[in-house]
Amino acid sequence: MTMHRLSSLALALGLAVFPVAALAGIPEPVTPPHQTWSFEGPFGQFDQKSLQRGFMVYDRVCSTCHGMKTLTYNDLRGIGMSEQAVLELAHSKMLAGPPDASGQPTMRAAQPDDHFRSPFPSDEAAAAMMGGVAPPDQSRLAVIQPHGADWLYAFLTGYRMPPPADAPVVPGKFYNDWVDGHLIGMPPPLMNGIIQYPDGTPATVEQQARDVTTFLVWASDPHRNARHRIGMWTVLYLVALLALAIAWKKKIWKRVKAQ
Amino acid sequence: MTTPENMGNHSADAAETEGLAAWIDRRLPVVSAFRSEYVDFRLPRNLNWLWNFGAILTAVLLLMLATGIFLAMNYTPTNAGAFLSVEAIDRQLSGGWLLRAMHMTGANLFLAALYIHLFRGLYYGSYKAPREILWLTGLLLLVMVMATAFAGYMLPWGQMSYWGADVITKAVGAVPLIGTALEHVMTGSDHLGDVFLHRFFVLHFLMAFLVVAVVGLHVVAIHVSGSNNPLGIEPKTKKDTLTFHPYYTTKDLVGLIIFALIFSLLMFFWPNLLAEPSNYTPADPMHTPADIEPEWYFLPFYGLLQSVPSKFGGLVAAAGSIAVLFFLPWLDRSPIRSARFRPVCRAGLFGLVIAFVLLALGGKHHAEGVWMLIARLAGLYYFGYFLVLLPLASRREKTRPLPASISAAQGDA
Repeated sequence: MTMHRLSSLALALGLAVFPVAALAGIPEPVTPPHQTWSFEGPFGQFDQKSLQRGFMVYDRVCSTCHGMKTLTYNDLRGIGMSEQAVLELAHSKMLAGPPDASGQPTMRAAQPDDHFRSPFPSDEAAAAMMGGVAPPDQSRLAVIQPHGADWLYAFLTGYRMPPPADAPVVPGKFYNDWVDGHLIGMPPPLMNGIIQYPDGTPATVEQQARDVTTFLVWASDPHRNARHRIGMWTVLYLVALLALAIAWKKKIWKRVKAQ
Repeated sequence: MTTPENMGNHSADAAETEGLAAWIDRRLPVVSAFRSEYVDFRLPRNLNWLWNFGAILTAVLLLMLATGIFLAMNYTPTNAGAFLSVEAIDRQLSGGWLLRAMHMTGANLFLAALYIHLFRGLYYGSYKAPREILWLTGLLLLVMVMATAFAGYMLPWGQMSYWGADVITKAVGAVPLIGTALEHVMTGSDHLGDVFLHRFFVLHFLMAFLVVAVVGLHVVAIHVSGSNNPLGIEPKTKKDTLTFHPYYTTKDLVGLIIFALIFSLLMFFWPNLLAEPSNYTPADPMHTPADIEPEWYFLPFYGLLQSVPSKFGGLVAAAGSIAVLFFLPWLDRSPIRSARFRPVCRAGLFGLVIAFVLLALGGKHHAEGVWMLIARLAGLYYFGYFLVLLPLASRREKTRPLPASISAAQGDA
């Protein structure tokens, strides 16, 4: 999350400050450098083009190992995908269907209201196949991870190949500046030109990292655009209403003073 | 109000009118009762902005019920389904994110408003005769709202829900003799799962409506005893009072809109200020989070719980910190209500607020290191204020002189 947790308000209430979540399993090294994001701050809005590019990166790269199981294909209407595009995308994914007449497992094409296909049949299977640790689900990753977007971007662009000379070399582990102990089992996911963006944006590692980070933040807070838009109108309305209410109250209370 | 001027002159008005309203009113006096209790009802003329919180709390309670009913329609109280059903409310249910945001922000601001309301009662001595029942029903509401909030926080069944429930059920299990049985009654089985969730879902829903019933008693009590006021002296003549409408309806409206503004700013722009991110990780009995901590509104009690070396002792301290408030009308025997005229009590009360905040900070830091000492001192002060300072001050304190009447104090006499 790029939004700062305003501890000042809690203090103003005379009460305690909230913690930066320290979630088991997610390390918190030093603060990653701050990036400028269109979606940060109280008026921030997601850039739909970036969201769509980011989904491409997620779909082609991340989703081979990471699930995002609380989202449905229909939710992608929120990043500006058309109904037809969502339908085609869903139909291209195969899910486990009901057993057939002889009890054999079957496969079926996904429907728009199906949840995203998980890359592994279960967390246990994922852990077994991925060297003991299941890749975390990405539905709310950007909100759970301390420093959210900034950390995701720093992490995705933080692999060093070859690793620094003084770094320990462990087979099957990769060097990254932004994880605890600098070693991680996840190989560098992004490479220059690994995908081609249909809108012609050069698919550099940095660009892909920016786009997929934007998509992950959207996935963890899909209604942010509407929330900020509705919020702005609500606040403006309440301010106008407050002005009227204060005027009315003053008019009424004048009688008391005149008494 | 018990002032003789305003008694028995409104039912006559309603009886004179013809038509359906009058017909109903002769059989069930809802029209005239509303008129006498919410239109012509007389309140002290000097109520300040702290008296807005009664109306604010009523509004938040109604909002919680309205949003809660629709959330309940889409919630699944099972170990496997709870987290996912809340995610589905947030993501796929049309307008669900807004319902849930209102309910979450509402819960936080409900407790915040309740603490301010309680502080106002302490500061202006609203617990003293003839308002003891008003005070006791209010405290009962505090306890019920806290229980409802705790049960509600379990429902999303994230990591903090699960491990919060774990801490509390184990604390209950530390009660001598009956602890194990009590813990089992709470959890319903050997582990926190389907039975526990289902039970707390029903309790959360049930408690919300019991709160409405007790609010009814609380409101009846205030309409019998009348509102206290910043001077803490009873209105003597009509000049000391104003009618509820239009004076306090317009004042409450301003207070409600300001509150709605704060509510909206938090809900729309800074939602993460009030939400614990790790509760967006599904409950996992195999992974204890590094930092288990309750919502901010429970932190002072969590501080007491942790600053006492014995688990049961901590539980007694935390429960006792609320229980002592029930005895307040009989601990503080001073005839002067408002702290404005009680210099010792006033200073002591600000100390109490500081102790409450320090306890919260102690709870946040798990009463580790220096926080253990701070939390213990703050806890001692908290109990010392009620059990030693207040009873002594009511006898020895040199109070400031009270004004002759409310209107005299405002210079209108």
